[in-house]
Amino acid sequence: MSERTREPFAVVGQSVRKVDGVGLVKGNPKFVADVDLSKALHVRILGSPHAHARIVRIDTSAAAQIPGVVAILTHENTPSTRHTTAGQGYPEPSPYDVRMFDTKVRFVGDRVAAVAAETEEAAEEALRAIRVVYEELPAVLSIDEARAEGAPVIHDETDATGIYEAARNIVADVDIDVGDVGRGFTESDVVVEATCETQYAQHTPIETHVVHSYLDSDDRLVLRTSTQVPFHVRRIVAQTLGIPIQQIRVIKPRVGGGFGTKQEVLLEDIAGWVTLRTGRAAFLCLSRSEEFIAARTRHPMRVRVKLGARRDGVLHAIEMEATSNTGAYGAHGLTVLANTGSKTLPLYNKAENAHFYGQAVYTNLPVSGAYRGYGATQGYFPLETAMDELAERLGLDPIELRRRNHIRVGETSPIFEKLGEGREGVSQTVKSCELERCISIGAERIGWREKRGTRRREGPWVHGVGMSIMMQGSGIPQIDMAAATIKMNEDGSFNLLIGATDIGTGSDTILAQIAAEVLGVPASRMIVTSSDTDLTPFDVGAYASSTTYVSGMAVQRAAEKVRDQILSVAAPMLKTPALSLRLVGEHVVGPAGEGTSLADVCRRAMYSSDQFQIAATASCVPSESPPPFLANFAEVAVDVETGRVKVVQYVAAVDCGVAINPLMAEGQMEGAIVNGIGYALSEEMLLSSTGRVRNPSLFDYKIPGALDIPDLDVILVESYEPTGPMGAKSVGEIGINGPIPTIANAIYDAVGIRLRRTPFTPERVLEALERGRRPKGER
Amino acid sequence: MTSLELTINGERRVVHAAPGDTLLEVLRREGYVGVKKGCGSGDCGACTVLLDGRAVNACLVLAAKAEKRTILTIEGLADGGALHPIQEAFLDEGAVQCGYCTPGMVLSAYDLLSRNSAPSEGEIREAISGNLCRCTGYVKQVRAIHAAAERMRSGRNE
Repeated sequence: MSERTREPFAVVGQSVRKVDGVGLVKGNPKFVADVDLSKALHVRILGSPHAHARIVRIDTSAAAQIPGVVAILTHENTPSTRHTTAGQGYPEPSPYDVRMFDTKVRFVGDRVAAVAAETEEAAEEALRAIRVVYEELPAVLSIDEARAEGAPVIHDETDATGIYEAARNIVADVDIDVGDVGRGFTESDVVVEATCETQYAQHTPIETHVVHSYLDSDDRLVLRTSTQVPFHVRRIVAQTLGIPIQQIRVIKPRVGGGFGTKQEVLLEDIAGWVTLRTGRAAFLCLSRSEEFIAARTRHPMRVRVKLGARRDGVLHAIEMEATSNTGAYGAHGLTVLANTGSKTLPLYNKAENAHFYGQAVYTNLPVSGAYRGYGATQGYFPLETAMDELAERLGLDPIELRRRNHIRVGETSPIFEKLGEGREGVSQTVKSCELERCISIGAERIGWREKRGTRRREGPWVHGVGMSIMMQGSGIPQIDMAAATIKMNEDGSFNLLIGATDIGTGSDTILAQIAAEVLGVPASRMIVTSSDTDLTPFDVGAYASSTTYVSGMAVQRAAEKVRDQILSVAAPMLKTPALSLRLVGEHVVGPAGEGTSLADVCRRAMYSSDQFQIAATASCVPSESPPPFLANFAEVAVDVETGRVKVVQYVAAVDCGVAINPLMAEGQMEGAIVNGIGYALSEEMLLSSTGRVRNPSLFDYKIPGALDIPDLDVILVESYEPTGPMGAKSVGEIGINGPIPTIANAIYDAVGIRLRRTPFTPERVLEALERGRRPKGER
Repeated sequence: MTSLELTINGERRVVHAAPGDTLLEVLRREGYVGVKKGCGSGDCGACTVLLDGRAVNACLVLAAKAEKRTILTIEGLADGGALHPIQEAFLDEGAVQCGYCTPGMVLSAYDLLSRNSAPSEGEIREAISGNLCRCTGYVKQVRAIHAAAERMRSGRNE
């Protein structure tokens, strides 16, 4: 449901159908695996059985004899270039600590070899025939072990770069200060502290990582791949394989979900190498089990938050200390860590003293990476539960405490400037913020006043309500770049060529809406081609909540240039100055009602006089990253006999600026919230004592299904962001941060226990309830 | 390889299958790529098709078990150029994001609505509970299936 405050647009703000929707509901062949693969080699990867070992010897001779085997890849016959799998802007802020196939394996499932064969069966048989002699090494299986004196060194190779302190397993270290936090706590009347831990969790897109590679008729390498970052894939594959960027074309067809895990270059190097070596098409798709074991995860973290406030309820000091487990490789290690502070602390800008300190450490466990929320999710858990405790200590309603402390329009936070994407940030002033209204509307909708503190009981179920607030960003300022090209056709339609990467988010559609708005046509008049490195201009890709804000602005600028060209052609046709013409209803219209169709204008430009192609390209590098804001409210029921937690109702009121397509904005929120509920209650990768993933299936790793979700109410509380395209900010990530602290706070309201570790499984809830029942002092 | 006779989307087809082939593998090989693979173990529902009118996970059905039986895949749902009301409703209600789970979800809904023209919200959730979606929160699919049921009851589709 949309809480609308303005309606200035014709196409923007309308919930138009997805431009790619009809093909998707018909099941048309739109995804990587949907083409004829009968001629392609099937590629399978051999994963390490050990968490930490050196490869002493690999004998592939028996495997090579298996009929149908065409190529076997190991560290002995592939490029050794150190790189990062993190698909980030160049130079990447992640360390170069991985090579295609290494002489050492660093987690269970790490790449040892790959086989390309005529059939999948032959490839798998060959994997089983590869003989590997390992020298097992002591493994590091927790962040505490990683930081212990004399811990085994996971990255002892000499050619890795960008690691903060490899000898101590420290990938990254971030330390920033505002004011004097020590003095701030001394001067505070009330101080609370909370340390929370989050688990290994996975994105689980329903389509796993998959790539199809082949040589085109000019022998260039084509990678059709399920990625969020086609241009970064092209660059990183060129770097890894040592071939020119010019020799590679990356095509992103429809992608079956990403959520961050496809911001990684996990398979393209192998498929590309097979194709270059054999001249054959290759197909490589992770099984669900491989996806769980060897794709990416959310960085598990331990985060301590300390808050100091004056008696008036205004925060005076905030400290956050985060330790992040980046697993065996450092992809996104630094930037996720930095975002844990940079996307949370500015929310409470009243605190004059702040300190963020964090380290990301290597372990011999599954590799972490980008995951929707990107560190903020882990930071908001302790921050928002500590705020709940602080409210109680101050005798304030949690809503009131937030109101006295959250950032507002016209305000800034020194954190914006001090802490950025793995380096210094960019100072900015908040120009749009309807958080106050989000809180009021959400509180009203959940029935906060009536339900809070009542501990309503139904049999063993005790009800409670909790809330939290948060912000995120919109793109990475002064780093992200997006470009768009628009060209006009003589029937008045337009091609919109964008590097932006629709991974199911609907960005093709909303970018078409932005262009259509400027050009005075329905969105259906835009023919969208996205994410093909040969055909579309550059875009960093789908991450950091950037597409609407950054790519959207590039599209708006390109459309404005095209509009000006159209008006310049129409002016002599209508004998009216271009400045007094406007585009509306697929026509150029003058002040006296004179007009001509867009088709006529384009025909003139193409065929009649002073011919030229009406077309333009524009780019955007944003100078700031305006935060969307969110107020979350949840009613939960806790079964005090079994420890089960049920979310009864969840209300999320979000300010994402102008929602370009309200239904899609709601969809982003709903999906993020449900993913967050799974993260809060059921999702956890279980690891054995040797570092093996014990539950690598969607049966044993429980993501929410249609029966598991509460009454879910998303409210779009519109603001107008003056720096954004058509007033828009972002909405892709923020929703996933809400469920953990909101549910934790609601559980406290219901049964008085503070949960510090996710997920809140019945066992953990029951254990905390038992502890709460014992007399004080006993543990 | 053995030959199997299947009726797929109203058309009699003779297809080739190895003894262990699943219906999912055979259908995709024959070009019905709207049948998606998400897990291969019956957990995600992306490969849902109708076998003799009932929704099944094609990854759990041996192709040989489908011999002489009737299969409906997503490709067979639209009537020529006209989308099925469930497909229309999925588009109108914003129930499609990445679209990978969509064919299976639509077919689970089709199975439900063929047996129950006015399902409750609980019945709808139950019917699609085997179809995992990671993009949405199921809110819009439930709404779409309600809307489709209504359109089908009143015999219209706009």
